[in-house]
Amino acid sequence: MSMTMLMITIGVPMFSYDFMRTAFVAGGVVAVLSGVVGFFLVLRGQTFAGHALSHVGFTGATGAVLFGLPPLWGLVGFTVLAGFIMGLLGEKLSGRDVAIGMMLSMALGLGLLFLHFYTAYASQAAALLFGNVLGVSDAALWTLVALTVLSLGALAFISRPLLFLSLQPELAEAKGVPARFVATAFLVIVAIAVAECAQIVGVLLVFTLMVGPAAAAQRLTTHVGNGVALAMAFALVEAWGGLALAYATDWPTSFWITALSALIYFAALAQEPVLRWRRGPIKV
Amino acid sequence: MTAISCEKVSVTLGGRDILSLVDLAIEEGEFIGMLGSNGSGKTTLMRAILGLVPLQSGVLRVLGQPATRGNPGVGYMPQARGNLAHIRFSGWDYVAAAAGGKGWGLPRLDAAQKRDVDWALDMVGAGELARRPLAEMSGGERQRLLLSQALLGRPKLLLLDEPLSNLDPRRQSGVVEIVRRLSKELGFAVLFSAHELNPLLNAIDRVLYLGGGKALLGSVDEVITGPALSRLYGAEIDVVRLGGRIFVMAGEVDVEHDAHRHEDGHAHEHDHAHDHDRSSDVLL
Repeated sequence: MSMTMLMITIGVPMFSYDFMRTAFVAGGVVAVLSGVVGFFLVLRGQTFAGHALSHVGFTGATGAVLFGLPPLWGLVGFTVLAGFIMGLLGEKLSGRDVAIGMMLSMALGLGLLFLHFYTAYASQAAALLFGNVLGVSDAALWTLVALTVLSLGALAFISRPLLFLSLQPELAEAKGVPARFVATAFLVIVAIAVAECAQIVGVLLVFTLMVGPAAAAQRLTTHVGNGVALAMAFALVEAWGGLALAYATDWPTSFWITALSALIYFAALAQEPVLRWRRGPIKV
Repeated sequence: MTAISCEKVSVTLGGRDILSLVDLAIEEGEFIGMLGSNGSGKTTLMRAILGLVPLQSGVLRVLGQPATRGNPGVGYMPQARGNLAHIRFSGWDYVAAAAGGKGWGLPRLDAAQKRDVDWALDMVGAGELARRPLAEMSGGERQRLLLSQALLGRPKLLLLDEPLSNLDPRRQSGVVEIVRRLSKELGFAVLFSAHELNPLLNAIDRVLYLGGGKALLGSVDEVITGPALSRLYGAEIDVVRLGGRIFVMAGEVDVEHDAHRHEDGHAHEHDHAHDHDRSSDVLL
């Protein structure tokens, strides 16, 4: 069967479903934001912050559900607040892994308690922890689109000082870059990306869309612009590929996204020695 | 116009007096070697000149203006840290991150800024480093990139914080020569902090010695003498001149093995212990 035939036999029926079309748009919108934000997150060595924010988001989402609000609002509200606080604390947080770990465990525990009071316990928990891209409502889709546009705009605005600050913090400060403001604004943007990501792959698997594509991209190019574009492209391939594979196999979308993310990352790792060899020997 | 002038400058950090009532004037185009034991305030003085730490009292003028962040006439090369070894961007992209200064928006450079990056790389002979990723460079090559980054904007005053640390003696003299040549060619003043005086001896116009919160600025013959340094530190200090080299030592510490290591390379029982201390000739 040719590729075209395959695309027609799977693609046409797949896109005849409303929820599949919504899922593709939602997945695409979130992947673009995750790829770009993740690029800076990996560059700054702050992947742990992304992880931490997703745990806090779980508390927010379950709390929102308990009060009859859309979980996305709780997710965004809590992660943004936590991102803002983390930005203000800045350096004070570094090296306090145990204290942070305890807070995160407590955040998950609180989320569990909120779920306990909620009746549709199991399905809601699974959706929050492992994502439910096929269950994205029209209202949620518009929220995702609006948040993505807003976040990308904000990131574009701070991207020059953010890049400078990430590569040369002392020099950037000396040149007048408002370091605390830029770092805090970035963490708020990360918080929004994490909240969006949790909608697609769940709070436990945020790493797969935020960090995987960006880390693979940084292995493959030495240029900033190419790196951002590649991270975005990988995230898109993973999100859409995951959806298509889930449709074809009936296995969970999040599983396929994690599988593709790991595949691309480890392929990038394996590719690197080849690239280096072709560039010629390393001078020491 | 003086490059740097301090009048009764005091800086307190965390309740400790780092600089107290320091007076000094560094002229335009002068090459100053800054020495002093760890914690004597070398980095603090640089950060004060950059406007990054507030003064307790006194007046600090830089290129005729009060010290403030973002003075375009001041170039700065922070002390290199290990984190550069993980950056996979090319040398060009790394240097270019600083070219836009503190401006907002996307990290795009216009034609003039791109030429500036090329120029800065050429000035330190790093044109061929431009395409290679930082992660694959040696310490000396990264040091040259940092130096070229400090040249962006064609400063009138260059602050170099320990540019010789972690370099072997041959590369140390290479860095000193480049800075000396550029200072003459481009006519900027240099404040060059170091642990050891000897690599700088033939390049500097004057030496600035920090200790006990005080500063001593003058020619090598004026400043590097037993009585002058003993007064500065309030402790017995001896200065030994040996074959065009100068060794500074605190009363009881024997400097002999240092001389041996440099002069004839003899191995002896102190070698191992000494390796950890080789960067310091002030044994206080």
